[in-house]
Amino acid sequence: MSHHIVQADNLNYTYPDGTIGINNISFKITHGESVALVGANGAGKSTLLLHLNGCLISTQGEISIGDYPLNKKNIKAVRRSVGMVFQNPDDQLFMPTVFDDVAFGPINLGLPENQVEQRVTHALETVGATHLINRPPYKLSGGEKRAVAIATILACSPDILVMDEPSSNLDPLSRRRLIKLLKSFEHTKIIATHDLDMALDVCQRTIVLHKGKITADGPTISIFNDEELLARSGLEKPLGMQECPICKKNNPKNQILFYNKKPR
Amino acid sequence: MNTIEKNLFDIRYMDTLASKNTSLHRLDPRAKLITTLMFIAMVVSLGKYEISRMIPFIIYPMVMIISAELPFLYLLKKMILVAPFAILIGIFNPLMDTTPLVHLGSVSITGGWISFFSIMMRFSLTVSAALILISMTGFNGVCMALEKMGVPQPFVVQLMFLYRYLFVLIEEGAKMLRARSLRSFDSKGLGFKYFISLLGQLLLQTLDRAQRIHLAMCCRGFDGHIPINRPMKFGYKEIRFVLIWSFIFILTRSYNLPVKIGEIIAGIL
Repeated sequence: MSHHIVQADNLNYTYPDGTIGINNISFKITHGESVALVGANGAGKSTLLLHLNGCLISTQGEISIGDYPLNKKNIKAVRRSVGMVFQNPDDQLFMPTVFDDVAFGPINLGLPENQVEQRVTHALETVGATHLINRPPYKLSGGEKRAVAIATILACSPDILVMDEPSSNLDPLSRRRLIKLLKSFEHTKIIATHDLDMALDVCQRTIVLHKGKITADGPTISIFNDEELLARSGLEKPLGMQECPICKKNNPKNQILFYNKKPR
Repeated sequence: MNTIEKNLFDIRYMDTLASKNTSLHRLDPRAKLITTLMFIAMVVSLGKYEISRMIPFIIYPMVMIISAELPFLYLLKKMILVAPFAILIGIFNPLMDTTPLVHLGSVSITGGWISFFSIMMRFSLTVSAALILISMTGFNGVCMALEKMGVPQPFVVQLMFLYRYLFVLIEEGAKMLRARSLRSFDSKGLGFKYFISLLGQLLLQTLDRAQRIHLAMCCRGFDGHIPINRPMKFGYKEIRFVLIWSFIFILTRSYNLPVKIGEIIAGIL
């Protein structure tokens, strides 16, 4: 299946007010890859993500999902295969109950009623939120909202998952649960995040953005070991790879773990 | 906690009430909606001096509050909150209409006062019926009933979105107010001028959010139609509920029950 390939060629986007969002971006992400998109605030991560399913159309260059370049004609098909989880779950959960919200996508896909229900239960089971099915979204906690927001996308069974800051505003345990969940997905994943430790856990490949341009694209571990590159891009080493603040030693176990980690 | 947030929790409390499980809660929302509309139409159609004929209508909200186990004081507070609007409408009646209508001994009551009380009665009856409807059915239940009864979907969806994002908007507004009060240190914090920019800010944020929600909807295949259909059953119980109450309403509307009862009692004596 070539549906799962995401390719960008010289992508440019300038906002109507003249702010440059992204500048000459090219990459190719293949089937099953898990890619972290990192960069300082305002580096263009969210802008780039919005291009992946046609929420924004580039001013120059093109993006292809599968074998076809994205355009207004195939935008519906593309949105079927690219599922996007927004940064703020409140933007994503707009229906009166969790059930309605998760069912929104499948119903729009034209599935029959019994299949819609199946999809909803399955998606909610996957994220561990079955018990919330009849609750109104505004009554959920932050972690619950995030889980349901992910379920709304899973219910559409996309090939490619695009997420904007999935671990922001989560407590440590919910964050850990999210990481486990993300690791269990076999989709192609593109995750924009500031949580470099999560990127290290979930993604084998990292793309670093700075001021709308790609400054590095490669294996996560080698990028996070390049302190000069990180500093240049407004980032720093993930905490898990830094020395211990109390004993001032590198955790030897960590080092071995990180350096010997084989890409899956 | 400031008053806005308190009110927010108060509105949410209505949803909690709606999730109770009494026989009235289980009724099809359409039955309750039809009955409520019927009740309001009957009460509103009474003449402006007919206070005595309005009194028997109290039976409907009372029976509903008791059998749906709704908290009377909570509903009363909500009614008092909107009472100023009704008072404002009726307050000039006593000044304009000074023809005496009723004489109690040496005290005569003018038509203005009677019509003022009739406005207040009508207000209390209709508003309490609406509040009871929402506390028994939930706002979304009412919306779905409207859709099933043929109200155009765009209107219904507007209402549902309004209700969903009311909470988000209030929360955002409350956060701004808190940020303002924390840095205004007991002074008035730049006063009224400040509120204009605060409102502007809130509007811009709302526009941004609307755009993001629209994108999120498009990402999941939105094509102008929102699926809110739910299987609803209008069965024997619902028909009975609507018929019995409609009968009572028509009866109280057509006959002046307090007078009739008075005549019967006087006849016996």
